[in-house]
Amino acid sequence: MEHDFFFPAAPEGLPGADGYFGAFGGRFVPQALVAAIDQVAAEYERAKADPVFVARFEDLLAHYVGRPSALTEVPRFAAHAGGARVFLKREDLNHTGSHKVNNALGQALLAQRMGKTRVIAETGAGSHGVATATACALTGLSCTVYMGETDMRRQAVNVARMELLGAEVVPVTSGSRTLKDAINETFRDWVARTGDTHYLFGTVAGPHPFPAMIRDFQRVIGVEARRQLLERTGRLPDAAIACVGGGSNAIGLFHAFLDDAPVRLIGCEAAGHGVRSGRHAASLSAGEPGVLHGSRSYVLQDDEGQIVEAWSISAGLDYPGVGPEHAHLHESGRAEYRPVTDDEAMRAFRLLATTEGIVPAIESAHALAGALQVGAELGPDALLLVNLSGRGDKDLDTATAHFGLEAAR
Amino acid sequence: MTGNLQLLTDALARAKQDGRAALITYLPAGFPTVDDGIAAILATLDAGADVVEVGLPHSDPVLDGPVIQTADDIALRGGVRIADVLRTVREVHAATGKPVLVMSYWNPVSRYGVERFARELAEAGGAGCVLPDLPVAESAQWRRQAAEHDLATVFVVAPSSTDAHLADTVAAGSGFVYASALMGVTGARASVDEAAAVLTRRLRAITDLPVCVGMGVSDARQAADVAGFADGVIVGSALVATLLDAPGGVEGRAALTRLTTGLAAGVRAG
Repeated sequence: MEHDFFFPAAPEGLPGADGYFGAFGGRFVPQALVAAIDQVAAEYERAKADPVFVARFEDLLAHYVGRPSALTEVPRFAAHAGGARVFLKREDLNHTGSHKVNNALGQALLAQRMGKTRVIAETGAGSHGVATATACALTGLSCTVYMGETDMRRQAVNVARMELLGAEVVPVTSGSRTLKDAINETFRDWVARTGDTHYLFGTVAGPHPFPAMIRDFQRVIGVEARRQLLERTGRLPDAAIACVGGGSNAIGLFHAFLDDAPVRLIGCEAAGHGVRSGRHAASLSAGEPGVLHGSRSYVLQDDEGQIVEAWSISAGLDYPGVGPEHAHLHESGRAEYRPVTDDEAMRAFRLLATTEGIVPAIESAHALAGALQVGAELGPDALLLVNLSGRGDKDLDTATAHFGLEAAR
Repeated sequence: MTGNLQLLTDALARAKQDGRAALITYLPAGFPTVDDGIAAILATLDAGADVVEVGLPHSDPVLDGPVIQTADDIALRGGVRIADVLRTVREVHAATGKPVLVMSYWNPVSRYGVERFARELAEAGGAGCVLPDLPVAESAQWRRQAAEHDLATVFVVAPSSTDAHLADTVAAGSGFVYASALMGVTGARASVDEAAAVLTRRLRAITDLPVCVGMGVSDARQAADVAGFADGVIVGSALVATLLDAPGGVEGRAALTRLTTGLAAGVRAG
């Protein structure tokens, strides 16, 4: 297997040694965590230069996750997207059902290298929690997952999966009882137990080096998709489209195209009931720069820096912040971000299911809705690449309730 | 108008001359209301606290345990604003002449405007800030304003801090060093970790700044233990819990007075 195929080295560039992507990123954490985070940063630098680590990671991606993931053309769906050609990068076909496993395995191997015996993680939709519980079962690490009480209710299937995999799932009852509060609670755990515990953070946010390291573990998505699309169509896409909550699947897709100037990079944020309703999770479209969970980025906040609760039908996008590299790509103009409402996402969800026989995660359905818009804007000559970041098994209750179908309970 | 860094330094020096540790109390502003919060803080100062930290309530207090988060939630639901925090500082300092610090997560200060916050805190008679999620590496902008306005910059260090981090921290900080007694978030504990004494010794070896120890101190006996090796004892969650548990404001303040009187005796017994 090609050495740089699954774990391609990120090009030299951002972030700098201080962890900043332009004006965003950095490390806003208590002193009690600095030593542990320094250890993660130093060990990651050593690991990615260590052929044994890289080979182990690539082997797991190939023979455990099932990479490379398929690239599927979806013509019946695309007929509703202005006739554009649409290809889906099938991260939903990964073991555990989403892109989250790429990062979870990378960090679990890193935790082992650091001699940690216990892993903690936050989860929103449960995809990262399931991926982490899976990686911990595989590597023999103890696993505790913090999950908002609200999310435990709407993603009950994933709670059961995590428990079957041997993880402890701890309900979080503070604040909005969703992803933001689950992250708060996981940080609290880590501050008290850095000695034996690694915080396996799930998205490209948090303090340096998490945004860069997790991006590196997810870059494989775009590297594969770029090559697959060139092989299949002989050209690059007009747009690469992904949903953005914290932004790990999007940065994983975008990164391989950063230097391909004609390729538009389009992130679809969760607009919930609409950005003007105040009930949304569109940090880049409607937020402002601030500090949340250890880095400076765009956040939903009031005029005095209190974080405002987010809203989305999708638990995985229901987060009032976004990764700092996205904030940088937004300000530089290299990527564009557009809001997609609950209703738009759910229409795309059902359309993909009924036209192509693929039930997407509700998170990924935001990217599909974006593709319907972009296809209509660009017309039939357009070639669109969409990251289908996860599958919708976990969302059946939410979807059946949304569509008024008889729930299979 | 300049801030009261010197007043803080003097208060800690005076306690040392008296052969005791200083008692530093913490309560969030606006808890349970702005006026009752001011009365509660005054109760701790009247009962023997030397310095007070006024908490700026935050939606996401990741370094605080459930007790302080509950109090912050009550204050925020009550509509507390930064102007209320500054009024709390002003009224408490005016009534007692004692040093008053603000403890805040970084985002509210950053969002309000670093220069504006420092200037208005100094104008209110404040002595400085404790900024627990602002590491030294990110603190240059704040420290410029703190120096401009004679405000203390109190950094929090932990038992896990490396020697290099401790050296950076004492070089950048002023007023005192806040030594976290244990690894973890705020909240009362049954015992104060031996780690606090070790950390205090490591700090003494590299700085003349007073070392004040907090997190986990909840009663007079623990205060006496900590006072045996530290220059100051910081108590927060135990006071907040006392107010949360009290059926009303009058009872709450009476209970605060009892607890603080005991703590003040503790720092003198250490």
